[in-house]
Amino acid sequence: MSAGTAKINVTVTDVTKVNDLVTRFRFARTDGGPLPHFSGGAHTVVEMDDNGTIRLNPYSLMSDPADQTAYTISVRRDDEGRGGSLFMHNHVKPGMEMVISNPVNLFPLDLRARKHLLLAGGIGITPFLAQIKQLATSNGHFELHYSVRSKLLGSYVNELTGHYPNNVHIYFDDQKQAIDLENLLDGQPLGTHIYVCGPKGMIDWVRNMAESLGWPREAVHHEEFLAPASGKPFEVKLSRSNKVIKVGEHQSLLEAIEAAGVDAPYLCRGGACGQCETEVIGYDGKFLHNDHWLTDEEHASGKKIMPCVSRFEGKTLVLDR
Amino acid sequence: MGINFKDETFRDDFTFFNSPEQIRRFPFPFHEDSYMYSVNMEPHTPVVPGSVYENRFDVDEHYVSEMRDRAMVLADDPLRCQSLPHMTLAGWDLLELIMEAKSEDYPDLFSLTRDGNKWHWINKPMGIDQKFVFMDEATLPYGPMEYITRQTQGDFAVLDQRDDNLWMDAGMVTTQADWSLDFDIGMNFFEWHAPVPKAHEMGIFVRALKFLLNIQQGAPARRLNWTMTVNPLLDTSPENYHKWGVQKKGLTLENMGQKMHLRVELQTFFRMPRSNALIFPIRAYLIKMDELVTVPKWGRRFHRVLRDLPEELATYKGFIDNRPKILEWLSKYDDGTPTSPGVWPDPE
Repeated sequence: MSAGTAKINVTVTDVTKVNDLVTRFRFARTDGGPLPHFSGGAHTVVEMDDNGTIRLNPYSLMSDPADQTAYTISVRRDDEGRGGSLFMHNHVKPGMEMVISNPVNLFPLDLRARKHLLLAGGIGITPFLAQIKQLATSNGHFELHYSVRSKLLGSYVNELTGHYPNNVHIYFDDQKQAIDLENLLDGQPLGTHIYVCGPKGMIDWVRNMAESLGWPREAVHHEEFLAPASGKPFEVKLSRSNKVIKVGEHQSLLEAIEAAGVDAPYLCRGGACGQCETEVIGYDGKFLHNDHWLTDEEHASGKKIMPCVSRFEGKTLVLDR
Repeated sequence: MGINFKDETFRDDFTFFNSPEQIRRFPFPFHEDSYMYSVNMEPHTPVVPGSVYENRFDVDEHYVSEMRDRAMVLADDPLRCQSLPHMTLAGWDLLELIMEAKSEDYPDLFSLTRDGNKWHWINKPMGIDQKFVFMDEATLPYGPMEYITRQTQGDFAVLDQRDDNLWMDAGMVTTQADWSLDFDIGMNFFEWHAPVPKAHEMGIFVRALKFLLNIQQGAPARRLNWTMTVNPLLDTSPENYHKWGVQKKGLTLENMGQKMHLRVELQTFFRMPRSNALIFPIRAYLIKMDELVTVPKWGRRFHRVLRDLPEELATYKGFIDNRPKILEWLSKYDDGTPTSPGVWPDPE
């Protein structure tokens, strides 16, 4: 089975600056046909040819899941990152043809929930925008609590409060506003599910609070995409394909494997889904594990690595790929 | 296309049989002279024109009679079709998938016209002409899943995906190899597979679940499973075991060729767009031993597979008592010569 998911050829039909950090991109099918429906919370993987380096970055779909004319994503510029978001901000213009993946949902709504309690921080709002549209058309009961840095950097705050004044609560960091989490979680009706998407600190805060208040694990959902970390270049031997490859400073191990023409499985490219798990055949050096998938014991064992986000420092690394 | 839909029965007088053309497109499941479990999953992409793998939902000469049999099963036992409340959206996903697939793959038999949410569906073989509003249950005679699966061969398990597991939360199950939707409804992947021997120890289910959780939109997958059935019974359910279990007695070398059937399930897996559910159609194909041995390669190979099958598997598949007699019958068709690789009949 081939790596990743079925691909879609699209044309960029709009690039809209949302604020100083965030830009929105709109994609329509290049052949003019309808795009697949998707479920709220899904992401698409956008392929970028960044000056010869192929990047495949996942972005949450934020448009109405029932709208087959176009998909939209919002990208936050990361000046310190490896360059994917900078490429989107600096090089992607209307009319450009790109390749994206079919939608993949690793953060779906639990449709059994009587109420959906959505907690967003910053750019973590994007999957909720699609979920809210889905819930609004199916009479789903939801409440959004959304933390932003300031009025100027609060993406889609006006749209949300305008459309759903009774369901949306905004918190401005620069006005010292914060979600009163303990009271919020304590006062929810039976059958409520919690969803959190935002910075790691926020996700941990919500999950820990929910756990300490006795929420069932199955009722607490989170999505955290890690961007692959940059690091020192290293060399890897791929034993099955009999190739030696170099992983560049701003390249992930998975990207380097793909650049060598080796078909490797993946889905989230953010260390969460487990699809790219790869067996280590031998090594002499130190792993820099950055994923959420492997257990601590597996990290310590030196037998597995998640090439989408993890790196290596040392003399030799041999992978079963 | 020109499918000659047969008028036949899968109960009482058992008039079911396969035409010679249908025999040659039978999904014979053994690619070599032995069998052991494996996940054996492959992309569900069209291969071999005329085969059961050519279209997303295969329609064959048994279609109309199989749908009539399903309606009879449901009339006797409505619990063969169930959908928990949160699965209605997945039902609409399934209805859309099947209507799109059949109208595109069999345009002379099925048509779908859409004007926004106003849909018009025509099923010529079954004489159905239905106008309805998509996503409005009140405009169909049944819920969306039941409506479309009363018009589609094969059983359907509709699986919710959550907590890194799959949940049997809806389905239409009337042609099953001895399992019960009413018993399994609400169970997760490991729970409903609990009765299967050996595979747990082999780690098969952990690997299979990981694969299934990652099936993506636009990339369906398929695999085959098989068992043996005495008489061409579609409904070999636990609910009706008292009716069909006794039929396993009374096999003789004289009636083996007509009464004993290889039952092959073409199992496919589709990710649904709106609900993120996984649809698991299980399509049963039956072939009489007399029909199977008209393909000499299949006769030789099937004898060897059954002869060498581990006892637990023959027990689980429900033919351990009849195995010696089946082998005696099949041995006449195995001259010991080598078989060619792959599942397809040798050119004639």
